[in-house]
Amino acid sequence: MNKKLLIPLAIFIVLAGFLFAGLWRDPREVPSPLINKPAPQFALAQLNDPATKLGTVDMKGQVWLLNVWASWCVSCREEHPLLVALAQAKVVPIVGLDYKDEPGPGKTWLAQNGDPYTTSVMDRDGSVGIDYGVYGVPETFVIDKSGTIRYKQIGPITQDALEKKILPLVRELQKS
Amino acid sequence: MIPELGHFALILALLLATILGTLPIIGAQRHVRAWMALARPVAQGQFVFVVTAWVCLAYSFIVSDFSVLNVATNSNSQLPAYYRFAATWGSHEGSMLLWVLMLSIWTFAVSVRSRHLPDEMVARVLGVMGLVSVGFLLFLLLTSNPFERVFPVPAEGRDLNPLLQDPGMVAHPPMLYMGYVGFSVAFAFAIAALIGGRLDATWARWSRPWTPLAWSFLTLGIMIGSWWAYYTLGWGGWWFWDPVENASFMPWLVGTALLHSLAVTEKRGTFRNWTVLLAICAFSLSLVGTFLVRSGVLTSVHAFATDPRRGVFILTFLVIVIGGSLALYAVRAPKVGVGGRFEIISRESMLLGNNVLLIAAAGSVLLGTLYPLFLDALNLGKISVGPPYFDTVFVPLMTPLVFLMGIGPLSRWKQASVPDLWRRLRWAFAISLVTALLAPLAAPQWKPLVSFGLLLAFWIVTATFVAVRERIRNADGGLWAQIARQPRSFWGMVLAHLGIAAFVVGVTMVKGYETERDVKMNVGDTVSVANYVFRFDGVTETKGPNYRAARGSVNISRNGAYVETLYPEKRMYNAGGMPMTNAAIDSGLFGDIYVSMGEPVDGGAWIIRVYSKPFITWVWGGFVMMAIGGFLALSDRRYRVGAQRDSALPRGAAAAYGTKR
Repeated sequence: MNKKLLIPLAIFIVLAGFLFAGLWRDPREVPSPLINKPAPQFALAQLNDPATKLGTVDMKGQVWLLNVWASWCVSCREEHPLLVALAQAKVVPIVGLDYKDEPGPGKTWLAQNGDPYTTSVMDRDGSVGIDYGVYGVPETFVIDKSGTIRYKQIGPITQDALEKKILPLVRELQKS
Repeated sequence: MIPELGHFALILALLLATILGTLPIIGAQRHVRAWMALARPVAQGQFVFVVTAWVCLAYSFIVSDFSVLNVATNSNSQLPAYYRFAATWGSHEGSMLLWVLMLSIWTFAVSVRSRHLPDEMVARVLGVMGLVSVGFLLFLLLTSNPFERVFPVPAEGRDLNPLLQDPGMVAHPPMLYMGYVGFSVAFAFAIAALIGGRLDATWARWSRPWTPLAWSFLTLGIMIGSWWAYYTLGWGGWWFWDPVENASFMPWLVGTALLHSLAVTEKRGTFRNWTVLLAICAFSLSLVGTFLVRSGVLTSVHAFATDPRRGVFILTFLVIVIGGSLALYAVRAPKVGVGGRFEIISRESMLLGNNVLLIAAAGSVLLGTLYPLFLDALNLGKISVGPPYFDTVFVPLMTPLVFLMGIGPLSRWKQASVPDLWRRLRWAFAISLVTALLAPLAAPQWKPLVSFGLLLAFWIVTATFVAVRERIRNADGGLWAQIARQPRSFWGMVLAHLGIAAFVVGVTMVKGYETERDVKMNVGDTVSVANYVFRFDGVTETKGPNYRAARGSVNISRNGAYVETLYPEKRMYNAGGMPMTNAAIDSGLFGDIYVSMGEPVDGGAWIIRVYSKPFITWVWGGFVMMAIGGFLALSDRRYRVGAQRDSALPRGAAAAYGTKR
C-alpha cells in the first residue's frame, strides 16, 4: 500500500484528537486577572432605596457573591432560579450589580422573577462593571472576608458550577 | 398529536435510513438484485417521512403550539407568520432537522435522476447517503428531539432571538444547508466508486452535475449571510472571519477545487485520486463545520447553547464517517491508478495549481479557526485569531490563483507553450496593467493596493474576453450563432470568473476608499462624508408587530441639493434582550450610503454612524454571478442528455481505460 495515501487520515486523526480535547474546555473561560486581587471598591445607590448606598466596605468581614445582572439580559433568566434557590438556603449573601440598566425595568424584572439579592445596587453607566472587567452579563464573583476576589464565573451559573466550584469554595472561605 | 406524528415519522425515517444504509450496499457486494432494488423506494420513503416530520414541526410553529418545548423557547404569538415559519430552523434542534431534511431532499433527487446509472452504483450511492442520514437522525432523536413537549404549557413563547428576526433568516439557512449538504452527493459517489473499485471518467461524469448545483446554493447562502450581517450588525462589516463563517467558507473553497478537478477527471481521465480525495474533503469539512457550530468548541456569534453530550455524539459520528472514508481511500485508491500524462505548462497543470492554492487557502482558514483551540488544548494560553491573520494569508494565495484564472482557460490540454500564451495574452495584460494604474486617479487618492486589486480584476476580465473571442471566432455563423454554439458550461465558467472579478473590484474599492464617521449628533447637527451632508432631524417612536423602535430621520444632501431621507432604527423587542440595530442603506451600483444608530446620549442626542461604502454592491453582485454561472453550467445540454440516457463516454476515455460498459 502506498503510504502517502495515509497522510489525509493521519491529519484527520490528529485533528479529531484536538477537537475531542476542545470539547472539555470552555472557550469563553478567560482567566481573570482579578483573581486573588482585592475587589475594586465601589459604593452605589441601592435599586430599592436609591437614597442609601451600599459598597464593598459594607461587605467586609463576610464571604459574599457579587452577581452582575440586568433586566435586558437573556442568559440571566437561565441562572436566576438557581440564585433564588441559593438565596432561600441562606448560605451566602448575594449582592446584585444591576449593570447598564434603568431602575424601572430592573425592579419589574425582580418582581417577576423573584429577588435573590440581599441588596441590588445600580451601575447605570457601567463604570463599576468596567472596573470588574465585565464583558458579558451575567458574571459572578466570589469575594472573601478580606475583600479579595477568589473566583469568577463568566456567563450563567450552572448547577454543576454551583455545586462543584462555588459552594465548596464559599464554605472553605467561610471557615477561615 | 401533530408533534407526536412528527416524532413518529422521524423514527420511521430512521428505520428506513438504516435499511437504506445496509441492504443495498451488501446487495451490491454480493450481487443480490432484490436488495439493490430496495435503494430507490426506501430512499423515497425516507424522504416522505422526513418531510412529514419537518412539516409537523413547521405547523407547530405556525399555529404557536407552545406545548412543544422548541416552539415555546423559540417563538412567540406576536411574531409575524413568516418569522414563526423561519423559527422552525431557529433553534439547535430545528436546524439539525433542516440538515436532515436537506440530506433527504438530495437523496431523493439522486434516486429520481439516476436512471442511467448501473444498479450497483445507485445502490451504493444511495446506501452511503442513507448511512449519513442514520447518523444525523440518531443525533436528532437521542440528543436533540425537536418535538419534546413541556408541561405545564406556557401561555406565551420566549420569542425568537431578535437578531434572527430578519428576512435573512428565512433565506440564509436553507440556502446554506442546501449547499453544505449537497456535497454529500459527490461524497457518496466517491465512496461508492472506492467500494466498487471503479474510479474512472464515467464516475466523474456521473457525479459532476451535482457538484455545481450544491456549490451554487452554498455560494448564494454565504452571500445572503454576509449581506445580512452587513445591514443588521450596524457597523457595515460584511465578513468577520468568524468561526461559523469559516465553517461555511472551507467547504466552499474545497468545493471550488472539486468543481475544477472533476472537470479534468471527466475530460482527461487524470487527477482521479485527487478528485476523489477532494470529494471526501468537501463533505468532511461540511461535517466538521456542523460540529464546530453545534458543539460550542469555539466561541462565535452563531453558537447555540452548548452541551458536551451533543459534541461527543457528533464527534464520534465524524470520526466514523470521515475516518472511515479516508481509511477506505488509503486502502482502495492505489488500485485506481494515476492515469494520464501532462507537461508542466498545460491546462492540467494550471488546474492543479488552482487546486493546490484553493486547498492551501482552505487549510489556512482551518488553521486560523482552530488555532485558539490547539493552543488551549496544549495549555499554551488563550488567544484569538482575527482578520489580520486571514487578510495576510489570503492575498498572497489569491493573487497567483487569479493569475492562473486568466491563463487556464486559454491553455491547451496536455501541453501548452509559454511563448504562445504570451502572444495571445500580452495585450490583455498590457491593457489591464495600464487601466489599473490609471483608474484610481479618478478617485480622491491614488493607492498602490487599489491599483493592485484592480489589476487582478481587470486581468480576469481581459483574459476572459480573449478566451471568449478565440472560442467564438472558431465557430461558424454570425455572432449570435457563434455565441449560441458554445456550450452553456463554457458561459457558466465565463460568468463565474467575471463574478470573481466583480467581487475583487468590490473588495478593493471598499477596503481602499470606505469612509466612516461616528459622531454624537443633536437635532439639526450635520456631518459630511464623501461629498454628502447628513443632517440629523431627530427621533420618533414607532411600533412594529412585536417591538418598539426609536426611528431616526437623517436628511442627506449633496452640494446643497436634497438627495433623500434615511430612517435607521433602534429596536427593543417586547420579549426582551439587547436592542437591535437596523441600518438604513441607500444601495447603488457604485456603492452604498449607510446610516445606523448607536446609543442615545443625554438630551435627545444620539451617536450616529455614517458610512460611505463604494462598490460594496459588487461584492454581492460577484457572488450572485458565480452562483448563476454554476446554474448555467448545470443547464448544459450534456448533463441533461446524460441524465436521460446512458450516452457514450467522452472520446478517448473508454479506450484509454478500458471501462466495462
